[in-house]
Amino acid sequence: MSTYYVDKFLYTIDRDPKWVQRYKDDPAGTIEAWEQEVGRWLNDAEETTVLSFTDAERAALAAHDYVWLFEHGAHFFLNLTLFIALYDEEYTREQGPLSFQREFGRKLSHWLGKEYPSVGL
Amino acid sequence: MAQLTAVLASTHHPFYYKATTSPLEERPPFAAEWRRKVEAYRETLTAARPDVLVMVGADHFHQFFLDNYPQFLIGRAERYDATFYNEEREFGLPKYVLDGDVELSRYLHEGLLDRDFDFSFSHELKLDHSIICPIITVRPEADLPVVPIYTNIFAPPLPSPKRFWQVGRAIREVIDAYPSDLRVAAIGTGHLSLELGGPRQFGEHGPDPEFDRNAIEWLATGNIDAILENVTHESMAGAGNATHGFMDLLLMMGIAGDGVQADYVDELDLFHTREMYMTWYPNGAPA
Repeated sequence: MSTYYVDKFLYTIDRDPKWVQRYKDDPAGTIEAWEQEVGRWLNDAEETTVLSFTDAERAALAAHDYVWLFEHGAHFFLNLTLFIALYDEEYTREQGPLSFQREFGRKLSHWLGKEYPSVGL
Repeated sequence: MAQLTAVLASTHHPFYYKATTSPLEERPPFAAEWRRKVEAYRETLTAARPDVLVMVGADHFHQFFLDNYPQFLIGRAERYDATFYNEEREFGLPKYVLDGDVELSRYLHEGLLDRDFDFSFSHELKLDHSIICPIITVRPEADLPVVPIYTNIFAPPLPSPKRFWQVGRAIREVIDAYPSDLRVAAIGTGHLSLELGGPRQFGEHGPDPEFDRNAIEWLATGNIDAILENVTHESMAGAGNATHGFMDLLLMMGIAGDGVQADYVDELDLFHTREMYMTWYPNGAPA
């Protein structure tokens, strides 16, 4: 697991409207581009060489699989906020306000009454 | 010496702004009552006639991330931008630029260091909704200088509940010692029981009404012993995965005093979470 890198992905995508749109339109392609342009970037002269995704993380991000991400310790706030950005508008239009947020909760209902996976790294 | 004229502790709800400013036909059915409660709460600050606001909140992964996350941080800037793109996108919050009070920032920071509270600091701090929500609710004119203080309620490992209380007590000592004629108000926001990105989110009520009842009672009566006996990181997680924001309310109780009853307590049961509005007047109720 490289949960830090997954959180970094969610964090840096969510804070930039261009990356939000790219990740919505082309998840797999965006992961590759992000690793080149953002994931390794520290400043124009420096880069991070020690971080990478596992195959399972890459697959979950490519599938917008927020349930898997929750279950593997992605930070709950980053996981929620980014997927709201991707899906809230169309869910609201088709099924009413907060319908995406409620579906998100329902898909995690098997965790009710259990200790959640830690978001601590 | 400076006078601490009011201490406010409340939940912050980023949906308030949109719920109460959108066209009438788009507002949720509880918007009018919500607005009445917030405006009544605002009066508790207005009556205290503050000159400067010490504001306690928590950055929600807006400026700070896991590469470098402060446990406690104070802003020392002359001005602060506020509201990030993703808060405009999700909550419709407006952007602000707030004036800082560099002199009080410096005095508070050094006073805390002198008392062994080793705060991080920032000279370029963009504020998020934990500080802008209370500006919108209790000081919508946004006309007073601020000293922002951020805590870590979000990125484990977190400081203990006891430490939040101690930080509040220390902030109070430093404000009381500040050689100035300023009237200072301290405003902090956090959460009661809250779930974000988990199975209990966005329910008809907050995830743990019993925790909420107890928490309001403990805060309103200044009962630090009951809090330290009952509230741990684990018990807060049991009440909802984002309940740790309660510790910012505890910090505010520490600023208010030791065993001090609140002067104003109100609440509102909403979907997703319960709202709480609490005020102490440490130097007597305003005339």
